[in-house]
Amino acid sequence: MRYVIIGNSAAAIGCVEGIRAVDPAGSILLVSQEPYHTYSRPLISYLLQGKTDRERMKYRPDSFYDDHGVECRLGTAVTAVDPAAKEIVLEGGQRLPYDRLLCATGSQPFVPPMEGLDSVDKKFTFLSLDDALALERALTADSRVLIVGGGLIGLKCAEGIAGRCASITVVDLADRILMSILDAEAAALMQAHLETHGLVFHLGDSVSSFQEHRAQLQSGGTVDFDVLVLAVGVRPRTQLLAAAGAQIDRGIVTDANGLTSLPDIYAAGDCAASWDISSESRRVLALLPNAYMQGETAGRAMAGEPKPFNKAIPMNAIGFFGYHIITAGSYTGQAHVHSHGQDYKALFTQDDRLKGYILMGDVARAGIYTALIREQTPLSTVDFDLIMEKPQLMAFSRTDRIQKLGGAPC
Amino acid sequence: MKRIYVNEAWCLGCHLCEYYCAFANSGEDDMVKALKGVTIHPRIQIESQGNISFAVSCRHCPEPLCVKGCITGALTQKDGVITIDENKCVGCYTCILSCPYGAVMPGEGTAVQKCELCTRNAQGSPACVAGCPNQAIVWEER
Repeated sequence: MRYVIIGNSAAAIGCVEGIRAVDPAGSILLVSQEPYHTYSRPLISYLLQGKTDRERMKYRPDSFYDDHGVECRLGTAVTAVDPAAKEIVLEGGQRLPYDRLLCATGSQPFVPPMEGLDSVDKKFTFLSLDDALALERALTADSRVLIVGGGLIGLKCAEGIAGRCASITVVDLADRILMSILDAEAAALMQAHLETHGLVFHLGDSVSSFQEHRAQLQSGGTVDFDVLVLAVGVRPRTQLLAAAGAQIDRGIVTDANGLTSLPDIYAAGDCAASWDISSESRRVLALLPNAYMQGETAGRAMAGEPKPFNKAIPMNAIGFFGYHIITAGSYTGQAHVHSHGQDYKALFTQDDRLKGYILMGDVARAGIYTALIREQTPLSTVDFDLIMEKPQLMAFSRTDRIQKLGGAPC
Repeated sequence: MKRIYVNEAWCLGCHLCEYYCAFANSGEDDMVKALKGVTIHPRIQIESQGNISFAVSCRHCPEPLCVKGCITGALTQKDGVITIDENKCVGCYTCILSCPYGAVMPGEGTAVQKCELCTRNAQGSPACVAGCPNQAIVWEER
C-alpha cells in the first residue's frame, strides 16, 4: 500500500499516526510546501511573545518521520491531483503514484480587495511560521501596528507582539471582538482587558483606503501605522481537489471517515468540511484538535480499519494576557448566563441537551461541559442545578459516576 | 494497564489523597516543609456534596482527547501513561477544554498539570493510593 499525504501540520501528522496504528508496513510519502519539520501553527504568536522557540514549537520530535517510516518531500508544492491515474503532480512536473491520498492542505489567509493596499510596504498575514518570521523582521520598538481583524488570529498576533512595538490598533467590521466565539457581554469583558494592555479598538468600522502609512477609516477617522497585519479571515485551501473534481462546500466535503467524493482520496483539517453535531450542519471546523482527529480518522480508514469520527464540534481554548477563554458548541437555544467580575459563564441548552458554552476567567474543568455536548447527554439524566453551578462529575447519577471513575475510561 | 479506580462508597472525603499527591509532586522529602502553610495544587481532587465524596484524577484514557487535541505535542502517552512536557506546554488549556473528567488543571507555572501516576516523581507508584486510609482509591488491573 502506498499512502501519500499532502500537508505537514496537525491533520497530516494525525494521519501518519492513524495509518501506523493499523499498518506498520505500507509506504508513506509526505509532501509539504513548507520546508520545515512539522510545527504547531497556533504557536506562532507564542514564538513572537518569547513563550516558545523554534525547537519547542515542533509538533513532534525530530525523529518522528523516521520513527513512523515516513518519506518526506518538504519544501515541495503539489500542483495537481489526477484521480483517474491515481497520481499527484509536483511542481516541475514529476508524477507520483498513490493508492490512498490525504489532502491536508489547511487554510490560507483571506485578503479582501482594499483600495491602496499596494502602497503599503510592510504588510503581513499571520498564519504560518514564515508569516511570523517576516513580521518579526519588520517590527521595531517604535513600530505602530495596525491589525485589520479582531478575531482569533488578529488578537493572538496582537498579544504576541504587544511587548515588541510602540502601539497596536485593531479595526474590525464587527461591533465586537472575537465574534466567532464570544457573545456581546463576554466580548466586552475581554475588550476591556485588552485595552488595559494598550490595545486600541475601532469596532464596527473598516478601512476604506490605504495611503502608504495611513489608513482611512469608513467612519471618517484615520490611523497612522508603520506595520500592517491583515487578519480578516481564512479560507480552506481547496484548489487542488476542486480542480480534481471533488465536491466542495466551502471546504472539501468529507464523510465521517474523512473520505471525499473522489475514490481513495481523503481530506482532513482546515481544508475540509465535516458534520458539526452541535449545529447539525456541515461546517469547516478549523481548529487543531479536530484537524488531528480528522487526520487520524482518515489514516485509519486509509489503512483499512475505519473508526468514524462523528463527534466533531466547534471548540476553542484561547487566552490573552492571562485571561482565559474556553468555548464549545453552538450558541443556540436558551442562554443561562452567570457573570461575576472577570468570571463569565454562558450555557446554551435546547431540547434537553447542552448545545454550547462560553467560559471566561474561571475555566476549570470545562471539558466536562464539552463532553456533555459531544456525547449529547440528556440533561434530564444529570442534576441540572449542579451542572449549571460548575462543571462537576457530582452532577451525574450515582450509576454514571461509578462507571466514569470505576469503569473503563474513554 | 494498572489504573486508578475510585469507589465513592468508601471515600471519607478526608482529602488526604490531595495532600499525598501534593507532597509526592513537591520535590521535598519532608512533608511538613512541603505542605505546612502552603496552598496545595494537587492533581487529584475531591468532589463532595452532602455525604457523597469521591476523588477525581486522570483516567489515562486509551483514546485520550487531551493528547490528541494538544496543540504543542506536550502531552504524550507512553505505555498507557499520559505525561506532560512542561517545557513545551504554553498553557493554552486545550486539554482542559478536552478532558471529559475535568482532570487536567492549571499548574503553578505556565504549564498545565495532571496525574502521571507518580511515574515522574520519587514516589514511583501513586501516592494517593498508598495514602488513602480506606482503600477508596486503588491502583490495579481491571
